[in-house]
Amino acid sequence: MLLRYRGSEGMLAWAFHRLSGIAIWAFILLHVLDIWLASVNPALYDEVLQIYASPFGRVVESLLGAALLYHALNGLRIIVMDFWPSMTRYHKQMWYANWVLFALIGLPILIQIMAPAFGAEPPFRFG
Amino acid sequence: MTARNPHSGRVRPSGSGWELAIWYLMRLTAVGLFVTALAHYIIVHFLYDPKDQTAQWILDERWGSVAWRTADWLMLAFVVFHAFMGMRTVIGDYTKGGVRTVLTMALYIGAIVLFAMGTIAVMTLQFPVQP
Repeated sequence: MLLRYRGSEGMLAWAFHRLSGIAIWAFILLHVLDIWLASVNPALYDEVLQIYASPFGRVVESLLGAALLYHALNGLRIIVMDFWPSMTRYHKQMWYANWVLFALIGLPILIQIMAPAFGAEPPFRFG
Repeated sequence: MTARNPHSGRVRPSGSGWELAIWYLMRLTAVGLFVTALAHYIIVHFLYDPKDQTAQWILDERWGSVAWRTADWLMLAFVVFHAFMGMRTVIGDYTKGGVRTVLTMALYIGAIVLFAMGTIAVMTLQFPVQP
């Protein structure tokens, strides 16, 4: 569908929202299972955790974060248009604003998550 | 007649009742998840690193208070509703008839099982909490 309709921002916004939504749903299935594992078999959970902490796990978590952030920002855009229909006139501008926010919020988080995969300390330290 | 807007949300169902309630609840849980799920991701992946979050760490820190367990359970309730009702819309868009009914029922059963598993995990991980 993405290829058939070479298109407008509204259509792409919808397609990305759907794809990211399905991806997040699939992860929720995995995520509830793994946290359930923590309560029934903590040792096995700690082993699964090593996959999450591996370089491969960090790439997947970054992709998950990207899906989550896009879905969250575009979801707000949808709510704005649902409850203030006159804002629909600016749906393209809001979509581009979403991508600016996506980059500004996402980049520091991406660097923080991926740093250990390259043998570096996470740059932002807390506590 | 509903206006066709070039936006990416489901068009608000006309009339009142079940479908309209779901439409509103999708938006309500969306706002809830905007706060809880993004905060959760920031905590787990930005403030802390996954490699440190062992089962013992979850018991001592993450779920070391009833307040955090309650907040996480609320997030679970939001996300199970939002994710599974979202998938229901997807199934409704691409299937029809008996296939749609079977898939939707399977989806509801999956949602109930997942909600039960998450609830058990957040409530019983060596509950009551150690002082």
